[in-house]
Amino acid sequence: MTTSPTGNIDRRELLPQLFPNQQDWLFVSGLAGASKDAADLTKDGPNLFSMAGGMGSAVPMGLGMALSAPDRDVAVINGDGEMLMGIGSLVTVASASPNNLTIVCEDNAMHGETGRQTGHTSRVANLEAMAKAAGIQSTMTISEPGQIADAIRFIKEAPGPRFLLVRILPTDPCTFKRDMDLAACRVRFKDAFKASAA
Amino acid sequence: MADKHPHAEWSGKMFDIMRDAGITLFSHVPDAGNDALIQLAEEHNETQAVLLTTEEEGVAICAGAELVGKRAVLCMQSSGLGNCPNYLTLAKGGRFPILMMISMRGDFGEQNPWQYPMGEATDDLLKAMNILVFKVDRPDELEAATTAAVNASGKGGRAAAIVLSQKFLGAKGF
Repeated sequence: MTTSPTGNIDRRELLPQLFPNQQDWLFVSGLAGASKDAADLTKDGPNLFSMAGGMGSAVPMGLGMALSAPDRDVAVINGDGEMLMGIGSLVTVASASPNNLTIVCEDNAMHGETGRQTGHTSRVANLEAMAKAAGIQSTMTISEPGQIADAIRFIKEAPGPRFLLVRILPTDPCTFKRDMDLAACRVRFKDAFKASAA
Repeated sequence: MADKHPHAEWSGKMFDIMRDAGITLFSHVPDAGNDALIQLAEEHNETQAVLLTTEEEGVAICAGAELVGKRAVLCMQSSGLGNCPNYLTLAKGGRFPILMMISMRGDFGEQNPWQYPMGEATDDLLKAMNILVFKVDRPDELEAATTAAVNASGKGGRAAAIVLSQKFLGAKGF
């Protein structure tokens, strides 16, 4: 099944522009392409916990992190399928309202990992509207490369929690090879965080 | 509220044990069994109650807190455990020491037929996802079970569940 592009932003060049100082952030990324893009951004660094299962859990994991490390900037990188599977977590985020949490949702309106099947957002669902209705304080949608500068400002200046919807081209994600051992990645993240906080 | 709530006494003991162990986030889907505990978490200035939309979010919140050196607990009914197994990949595969406080439905004295299917599956589900079970049937078991579960999921490094039976909580009438 073919899917028309929802926007004109190249996902492979997006995250380094949004997070030029990526080493200063804590990242959680949901499956599947979003985690590949996030792994490329951090070179699979210890400030990233990337997932390849537990679909929907990236946002609440970022919430737990943001509430527990209020002096650190936390970003969740996910895709439209992952976001929809845990859509209620936007309500949970809005109620808890941590000002240090940013959610970046890469919307390609399809399930890229499983064969590019058409997703809900290719039709009528609008994730920014859902985030807004959930009560997220700051929301924004971009779909053209020329809007990325506005998105950088949004991440820097808008009161958190923030939800940024990025309508991307239907390209493959980045191809950076990441560690898929979730227990090892947990220890790696914990140890690096502890060292950075010491 | 606390001195009038039917579950105030044991909830106070449980809260003290959890708070002393450094648990700061009390994520929950509201239930009569965790109501008093959550009110204590809301009132105390070192702890925070996090209202969930659905129970599995609490698994991920516990995991996120753990990544940055903090501790959290997921409080829910046994029926809510049925929403959690896929996220419990974090416990079984990722060795995140998720802590749960489960108030049973569908066991001793239950009168709502909708509660039995998940209630009867609770032990099997926990076992399937490698969660240690610390069951409370009698008031004198509460503190030891809570301490054991909190320690298992702390230094013990294991996911653990305090399971409060309806023998302990009492079954509600229908």
